[in-house]
Amino acid sequence: MARLTPENVELAHRIIARYPRPKSATIPLCHLAQEQDGWLTDEAMVHVAELVGCTPAEVLGTASFYEMFKRHETGRYCLNVCTNISCQLLGGEELLEHAEQVLGVRPGGTTSDGMFTLEDVECIAACTEAPAVQVNYRYFHRLGPDDLDQLITDLRSGALDDVVPHHGTLGRVHQDLDGDRIANITPPEAQTEPVWIRRHRELAESNDGGAS
Amino acid sequence: MSEPPRRIEITEPVTITVDGREVTAQNGEWLIDACERNDAYIPRFCYHPRMEPVGMCRMCLVEVDTGRGPALQPSCMLPVTPGMSVDTTNDKVAKAQDGVLEFLLSNHPLDCPVCDKGGECPLQDQTMAYGPGESRFVEEKRHYEKPIPISETVFLDRERCILCDRCTRFASDVAGDPLIHFIDRGSQTEIATFPDEPFASYFSGNTVQICPVGALTAKPYRFRARPWDLEEVESTCTSCSVGCRVTIQSSRNQLVRYQGVDSDPVNWSWLCDKGRFGHEASNSEDRLREPMRRSEDGALRVAQWSDALGAAAAAIRSVDPSRVAVLGGARLTNESQYAWTKLAKSVIGTDHVDAQLGDGLPAEVVLGLPGASIDDVCAKGGTVLYLGPDPKEELPVLYLRLRHAAVSDSVRIVECSPMRSGLSPYAAASLQYAPGELPALVAALCSGDVPDGGVAGVDADTVRSAAALLDGIDDLSVVVGRANLAETAGVVVDAIDAVRSARPGARYLSALRRGNVRGALEAGMSPGLLPGRTTIATGSATWTEAWGAVPTAAGLDGLGILDAAAEGRLDVLILLGADPLTDAADRSLARRAIAGAGTVISLDSLPSASTLQSDIVLPVAAFGECDGTTTNLEGRVTVLHQKVTPPGTARTDWMIAAELALRLGGDLGVESSQVELWDELVKHSAPHDGLSSAALAAQEDPDGLLLPLDATIELAATTPTNVPPRSADSLRLVVNRTLYDSGSAISHCASSAALVPEASVRLSPADAAAMGLETGTFVTVASSHGSVSVPAVVDPGVPGGAAVVRHNLESVDAGVLVDAADPVCDVRVELR
Amino acid sequence: MIGTTTPAMPTAPGVPAIVSSRFGVADGHTLEGYRSSGSYEGYSALRAVLEMSPSAASEIVKDASLLGRGGAGFPAGIKWGFCPADVWPRYIVVNGDESEPGTYKDRVLMERDPHQLIEGCLIAAYAIGAAQVFLYVRGEMAHAQERIAAALNEAYAAGLVGRNILGTDFSVDIVLHWGAGAYIVGEETALIESLEGNRGMPRLKPPFFPAAKGVYLAPTIVNNVETLSNLPWLFSHSVEEYRSVGTDSSPGTRLIALSGHVENPGIFEVAQGTTTFRELFESELYGNGIRAGHELKMFIPGGASAPWFFPEQVDLPLEGRVVGGAGSMLGSGAVVVMDETTDAVRACLRLVRFFARESCGKCTPCREGTTWEEKILQRILDGHGRPSDLELLLDVADNISPGPYPVASDPANDLDAVPYPPRQTTICPLGPSSVAPITSAIRRFRHEFEDKIVQRDLIPVEGVSVDV
Ligand SMILES: Cc1cc2nc3c(=O)[nH]c(=O)nc-3n(C[C@H](O)[C@H](O)[C@H](O)COP(=O)(O)O)c2cc1C
Ligand code: SF4
Ligand code: FES
Repeated sequence: MARLTPENVELAHRIIARYPRPKSATIPLCHLAQEQDGWLTDEAMVHVAELVGCTPAEVLGTASFYEMFKRHETGRYCLNVCTNISCQLLGGEELLEHAEQVLGVRPGGTTSDGMFTLEDVECIAACTEAPAVQVNYRYFHRLGPDDLDQLITDLRSGALDDVVPHHGTLGRVHQDLDGDRIANITPPEAQTEPVWIRRHRELAESNDGGAS
Repeated sequence: MSEPPRRIEITEPVTITVDGREVTAQNGEWLIDACERNDAYIPRFCYHPRMEPVGMCRMCLVEVDTGRGPALQPSCMLPVTPGMSVDTTNDKVAKAQDGVLEFLLSNHPLDCPVCDKGGECPLQDQTMAYGPGESRFVEEKRHYEKPIPISETVFLDRERCILCDRCTRFASDVAGDPLIHFIDRGSQTEIATFPDEPFASYFSGNTVQICPVGALTAKPYRFRARPWDLEEVESTCTSCSVGCRVTIQSSRNQLVRYQGVDSDPVNWSWLCDKGRFGHEASNSEDRLREPMRRSEDGALRVAQWSDALGAAAAAIRSVDPSRVAVLGGARLTNESQYAWTKLAKSVIGTDHVDAQLGDGLPAEVVLGLPGASIDDVCAKGGTVLYLGPDPKEELPVLYLRLRHAAVSDSVRIVECSPMRSGLSPYAAASLQYAPGELPALVAALCSGDVPDGGVAGVDADTVRSAAALLDGIDDLSVVVGRANLAETAGVVVDAIDAVRSARPGARYLSALRRGNVRGALEAGMSPGLLPGRTTIATGSATWTEAWGAVPTAAGLDGLGILDAAAEGRLDVLILLGADPLTDAADRSLARRAIAGAGTVISLDSLPSASTLQSDIVLPVAAFGECDGTTTNLEGRVTVLHQKVTPPGTARTDWMIAAELALRLGGDLGVESSQVELWDELVKHSAPHDGLSSAALAAQEDPDGLLLPLDATIELAATTPTNVPPRSADSLRLVVNRTLYDSGSAISHCASSAALVPEASVRLSPADAAAMGLETGTFVTVASSHGSVSVPAVVDPGVPGGAAVVRHNLESVDAGVLVDAADPVCDVRVELR
Repeated sequence: MIGTTTPAMPTAPGVPAIVSSRFGVADGHTLEGYRSSGSYEGYSALRAVLEMSPSAASEIVKDASLLGRGGAGFPAGIKWGFCPADVWPRYIVVNGDESEPGTYKDRVLMERDPHQLIEGCLIAAYAIGAAQVFLYVRGEMAHAQERIAAALNEAYAAGLVGRNILGTDFSVDIVLHWGAGAYIVGEETALIESLEGNRGMPRLKPPFFPAAKGVYLAPTIVNNVETLSNLPWLFSHSVEEYRSVGTDSSPGTRLIALSGHVENPGIFEVAQGTTTFRELFESELYGNGIRAGHELKMFIPGGASAPWFFPEQVDLPLEGRVVGGAGSMLGSGAVVVMDETTDAVRACLRLVRFFARESCGKCTPCREGTTWEEKILQRILDGHGRPSDLELLLDVADNISPGPYPVASDPANDLDAVPYPPRQTTICPLGPSSVAPITSAIRRFRHEFEDKIVQRDLIPVEGVSVDV
């Protein structure tokens, strides 16, 4: 729970370099901090503010708008049960109730062993596979109560460690953009008409000129 | 809070239909303003005429037809187009507006009886006018902990907040201090600061003024009065020379609140907190209420006015006029300044008169340069060379105007400053020069001739790219002032000379700090000067005719007066609201002067270090306690109004001058009111032509009247100041000011006094590293005149070779380091 | 179960698999797989496009009448033409924030065929002259982010993205960006705010039409993932071939996520305009019928924001204009089927609760109104309803979206359809969308609400429970 580590600061600078303006990196950097600590700490938000050049209040304003950023410690696994319409029709709400009973917490709560935070979430785009669940944003489709029990057991035992990383980790493959291959990422003020557009415009103009 | 639409000149008239009437509006203006201008007021909460609209509250929905059929549209974000037809009252509009009102009230507490805003609350007014009788919302309302402080001065009651985004927009878009923000989402949204990072903005009070409900309240006003107990008049803030228009409000003969008024050429309705909460000083228990005289035993004791005035007159009468000096007066009204000039220069017969304490610019420079108004400087697309002090610290609302110009009106600012300032982030180029070397930098910027090794400590590329911004700009606006009190005025004058020779078309705005310093100079409160921008050489005939006598040779200026007093060459030193002991840049000179002057007569409203050392103290009326006029830094004359009576037997400065004149066998020619003084000045002064008290009173708007920008006095040729090179083992001192310092006005303002920053010496990272210092290390800063012990702060905004100490903070006295006689001041910084 | 997506779904005879041809291909997401499988050769369309002028490429998109698949159904070619001439830079933002309840197709496109999307982005970038493409993927879709990141890395390494693409003077960067959980960020102006690092609160249009003032206030084209995924097929075939599918006003195919009470829920690529809801529900290729032993009660034809349809509307074709005229919208291709076991009040509450939770909070009517609607519905469902609550609910709804609100016809009661779209007192359509389930359900199933309003029990009694 702290500022970004030196390795993450380096990664942060690489992420910032992908945007014409540093502030655009706010959300990715908050994810980076959350991946580091499991949740988004105040210290991390201050650090993100320094990195993107705004105030901590602005970072908080942005981060707090989004569901995924947790400003309190969470369990190792966030178990998100979808109860929106398609899942509701096929037992999503009952599945959530079952999860509440099995884990002994209400939505938003964390089990005392720090393993699970249960959440009642909105549609997660798995509607045809209802009822659907995400654990740390990894999908589990068409779950009945027994499947859920098994899932919890597997998570507890570590059997799913390869597929479900700890909370905060999103894509484990990162876009890898280095200076050589970057075409043209500069602030908008510095941008002009792209070369291929100019080439075709000039071509068209000279053709027009020839025609008339 | 009801802010009227901005007054505009209709340059592109279009005809639109408002509720069946054809009216004229400005093409492209917001529909909400066009309707209000044409007597169809549309209710609103989030819209503010001085901020970009967000269309958030949805209260201003009206039905608009632009040819594609009528549709509900937010009038605050809809530009007027020709032929537009608007219905502001039909059933659909009424239903939509009632709906919004009901939604806003659904979670709003019913605590109007204990709310500061009760009685002047648009939400309350709307509800009374149109609102539903009984709420249909039977569920539980949102609950939050009642008011929480979000800064030293502002409280937030989240239950009352209607999320209009006004305070947050103000903080980020107007003040540039985005320290309050929306957090969370949807119906959970609230306004918040970051934990442990308060809304410490010099402009925080504006958010209280523009909050449309009682969600934001100001500590200095909370529970002090109810709106229906308030009486108010319009006036001009004299805390600094920007001259923001205000309404001053009182309750039971006490000033309780100042609110910004929208003066288009000046403050756009904003105020800084120092000005806004200045009434706390007026109400201070410590106010000087009765005259005092130093008695035999050395103590200051209350005296009768007749006694105190008699003693003062006797002291003056008993000595040669050349041994009498008048220092200060920049905080007086124009009328009091004129009265005191007349008293000194005609009745007493001394020309040792200076409204400035050696920390300003020579009068002929201020009055002799072609002027630029704030609007001129901020005009869209212009270019500004900024050579003044940090405007955020010294002239806060000028900073807001400059910031807006840079951010929204594509004004390019080239700033030259001794360290990065509040303005620097918005400047197209910001150059930090070595103290004393501004003239060389300015010459290089104007000519584009830049030595490869750079100039004034700024590298060549930086100077060249800044010079490119100025290249070919003949109508340059130049803001000039004293950014460094440890550097003589001559250095700034040399820099101005460099601009004048390179850009003859340039126009200038003097960024002098004290409230009515411009008025003082216009009234002749400077050696060699007479009122109406005349000198002894050019104005003697006029003013001899008016006054009977005028000085024949120029007297001493502020520094000269202090020197003379220190050397025992003055028998009477009159301080007009001046406090050299805390305000002069050279502290030891001030101490020697006060000690060496014969009789010190001090006119002031609050006790200060200097009044406590005086022999005769005369209590004066403060802001809000007297009528008159004031002149801002542009030369704009506005009317000041009295709202409450002064404490005790305190009097207005001009009355004291008139009384003294009588006791000295003269007569200022004023019977009963300051208006006589003003009209006498207007009568004899060419620049004041057309500014009679009648003309000022006839003004419909709050903007006042501008003295001519062009009428100037002749600029004397100057000799360049010789700045010695800096030795390798020393740093060059910068002394600059902060908004809140330990001056007497702030010390007597409870809410501001808490905000005075801690003293420190700021050093560049390179110098700090070389000395092995970190932020927080205690060091001794020593010049050949004195030393102070302060913690170091490593600040990347400070250029190498400079050491920055803030003027007049707490017990730390940067003034002891400075010798006013030296062009610059070199110091050594050593570990304690 | 991890990352499971629907396997290859055959299209109907005569309907080409325009976007879904690699859904069942194990390595369809790799560059190699993209080049060697599917209904066209990967990146061959890009080569072809680079031979033509940017304006010719735009013309093709216009001629194909490629309709946006994000919800509004606006023709992409026309939208591209709204960029003001000679204003640079221009940006493209790919809307992969898929969050509309019932919608599940962009995730599959991103997970299963990321190169198809990347190629689509490149074609669009070439045509409009974009300085940069931002591929905004919903935060919760970790797998899609990984697949796109991997595909972009491959494509950059192969010289297909970045500087001097395929050796030409066409250069553009595609940057993967992802959100953090907020439905409203799918709205294009909120998406832009979010991409700038801000709270995802919509901007008012006008003046903030993205094509004129989008990201960093520069002209910006926002297109849905599926919209752009159509481009490689279009450019490796022809306008004629494209237009030979579907109808004149709705050419091509659509990915439909069919969920709820059908035997075979899934994602299907169907011909736009010609396929009917009945076919979708009943065909063996698609839904294979309503759940055995049950019958259709109602269905949502285009995601949670769409007003409901009923059995009378099943023979309507999946055609934007027809569905709009009938009182609803095709939206994002999310068809949710509900049989007679569905409690209309409970379904209505769940949908309204979604909008209340997802309101960004900017507009008063949406922020306060949606939560109020939810509270009233919850009270009714909990047995604490009052007789006046239905009128109150409708009036609160009316203050968010001044009526008459779009609704399907009800021939039995001789009520006509009110055509789409609704009016709004808000900035964006989210608040007004909360009204769709309310007016749909109350108009059709008023008795279900009334049954739950316990008329005698005006004072809430501890322990009242109503079986639902
Ligand atoms: C509340 C709301 C949510 C939306 N969510 C999405 C979304 O998740 N994905 C999407 O592509 N479009 C969404 N849209 C539509 C977008 O605003 C925009 O129209 C679309 O991305 C344009 O792409 P298209 O023209 O290719 O369809 C949403 C609109 C609204 C009003
Ligand atoms: S309608 Fe709702 S979601 Fe849309 S901008 Fe307004 S408050 Fe935000
Ligand atoms: S005043 Fe127009 S929406 Fe608030």
